[in-house]
Amino acid sequence: MEDVRRVISIIVMNESSVLSRISGLFAGRGFNIESLTVAPIPDSQKSHITIVTKGSLRVIEQITKQLHKLIPVYKVIEHEEMIEKEMVLVKFPLGDNLADIKALCEAYNGTIVNVGASMVIGMVADEPVRIKHFIEASGRYNPMEVVRGGVVAIER
Amino acid sequence: MKMSGAQMICEALIAEGVTTVFGYPGGAIMNVYDEIYKQTGFEHILNRHEQAAVHAADGYARATGEVGVAMVTSGPGFTNAVTGLATAYMDSIPLVVISGQVPLSLIGTDGFQEIDAVGISRPCTKHNFLVYDIKELPRILKEAFYIAKTGRAGPVLVDVPKDITAQIGEFNYPTTVNIESYKPTIKGNEKQIKKAVDAIVKAKKPLLYIGGGTILSNASDLVKEFASITQIPAVETLMARGVMGATNPLLLGMLGMHGNYSSNMAMSETDLVISLGARFDDRVTGKLSEFAKYAKIIHVDIDPANIGKLVSVDYPIVGDLSFVISKMIELIKDEVNPDRYHAWRDILARYNALHPLKYDDSDDVLKPQWVIEQIGKLVGEKAIITSDVGQHQMWAAQFYPFDRPRQWINSGGLGTMGFGFPAALGAKRGFPEKTVINITGDGSILMNVQELVTASEYKIPVINVILNNNFLGMVRQWQTFFYEKRYSSTDLSYQPNFKALAEACGGIGYDVATKEEFDEALLDAIAKDRVAFINVSVNRFENVLPMVPAGGALYNMMLEHKESK
Repeated sequence: MEDVRRVISIIVMNESSVLSRISGLFAGRGFNIESLTVAPIPDSQKSHITIVTKGSLRVIEQITKQLHKLIPVYKVIEHEEMIEKEMVLVKFPLGDNLADIKALCEAYNGTIVNVGASMVIGMVADEPVRIKHFIEASGRYNPMEVVRGGVVAIER
Repeated sequence: MKMSGAQMICEALIAEGVTTVFGYPGGAIMNVYDEIYKQTGFEHILNRHEQAAVHAADGYARATGEVGVAMVTSGPGFTNAVTGLATAYMDSIPLVVISGQVPLSLIGTDGFQEIDAVGISRPCTKHNFLVYDIKELPRILKEAFYIAKTGRAGPVLVDVPKDITAQIGEFNYPTTVNIESYKPTIKGNEKQIKKAVDAIVKAKKPLLYIGGGTILSNASDLVKEFASITQIPAVETLMARGVMGATNPLLLGMLGMHGNYSSNMAMSETDLVISLGARFDDRVTGKLSEFAKYAKIIHVDIDPANIGKLVSVDYPIVGDLSFVISKMIELIKDEVNPDRYHAWRDILARYNALHPLKYDDSDDVLKPQWVIEQIGKLVGEKAIITSDVGQHQMWAAQFYPFDRPRQWINSGGLGTMGFGFPAALGAKRGFPEKTVINITGDGSILMNVQELVTASEYKIPVINVILNNNFLGMVRQWQTFFYEKRYSSTDLSYQPNFKALAEACGGIGYDVATKEEFDEALLDAIAKDRVAFINVSVNRFENVLPMVPAGGALYNMMLEHKESK
């Protein structure tokens, strides 16, 4: 079976060991994690975890079923029709190309978020494939540091 | 009512109807042991090793169907218990294990006897808790029991820091449980059940594939009724021995790596597998691509994750087997024509006649299979049989005439040597009036041999029949077959005087080398009502046959091994 990419949202009880239960499940059963984000859901005792994974359809089915089995897991959503976004922060050395960097960020719906004495930080939030392209394009401005966030997704 | 955390634990156990707790004290759990000393609601059995305490609780749970309870201290007490937890986890046995932990203020500081118990036990428990607040303790204890025994059962660990056991809090033990994120599916989907029944009615060569879930669900009588109405032949997994009853004409036997010929051939030729509480373990299926190659598959399981995990399923049914099979009986009663499977039953009967389960008995040397058959003749359905892991376990599963569920207790999933003796203690505590026999080997018995002392102290007279071949027999068998007889670290000729060892610990010992001696020893041990070791010298190079080599197709069985002598 061919591997497919899946974005899975997991709604969990916001308690101390819940993330280790999830990541431990993936490690213990040999499932792959491409990215993982977690944040509390406002005004609730719950958290939202988003995992991007790859595997055969049988493996993906096992992942969702095994996640369901964990006691603190309320809901597992295997996304199909979704809006998917990822964020990246890139630090560039400050030269006379500030305008170029700004133009690049804006081309990817991003912006300059900080300018220091010797560096400038750009931020882009977009679909993962666009983030990849942005990082490639920013290569010509000699980025000093690239920090990529995990994917978050919401069903349409 | 105000009380300490330690008192709360005792009160909760009593409220849950616990009568026996197996355990071992230590620093972090001392407050609880102080309360155990004061109370009269349950008895505490002091095993001589934490692993044995958890296995004993496990044996108690398997024999009675109730939740087994064990108690251990932090650090090494807990790590010793891990094998017990994993054993119960793999076989879906309901346990609540309570472990002490260092005080909250010391957690994370590498304190004395501190270990991350919830971290270590996460992959080998159904769920676990670390108690951070005494206010949570009553709810957590209630939930631990509820989670352990509902849905797909399993062990639950409650790790309690020492300061929590000393604190005083309000104790109102909950009467109900509502865990919003945990709602097991009990009743199967009716439409799916109907579809499955239609498939059974139309099949030509259906086969009941009965797993340990049948016993866990207490569905054995219903499964037998279903078989009887439909006259569909059945195979049992290692964990399901006793469901159909040894003399049931529909039972072909055990399938899998050491299954009998007709069972494995039935699975290879069936056109419809009806899986009832089984999970397609690799020791059952052999080579997956050849497993039940011509069959559609009905899979009834309480755990949705088991369905489709290893084989593609045509009729998935998630639910408790008791509910599902009741519904199936109701729907199939007036639909099924048992004569339809007549030709199929005939084929299987011919297979069985062609290669019945057999061994060559001898008058010169005791054969382990004979010993097991003889136990069956002498105590039969009256006894509860536990076992350790290895050749003796397979021979017991093959040759003992199991007649009822919960009569056969063994570590199937994890394959834990050292399980049988403490599990026998637990089973005997559950059924003091029944003869409990641990069929074991000279390798396995030494893992947890210290339980001789426990058995003597508490007068729990279980009988250990040691099938002694001076080998770590199953590994030796693989070395004979697959490693050109390089017997690396499997020769156990250097061994204790088992008779003297038993007697040194307050038990009774027998050395047996002939059939007459065996009969005498077993009957005497039953009459003496003391913990016993019957050390039986058996043929050294006996092999467990048939055998499907690991990774081979089920139909490619080794039926005999010429050189075995």
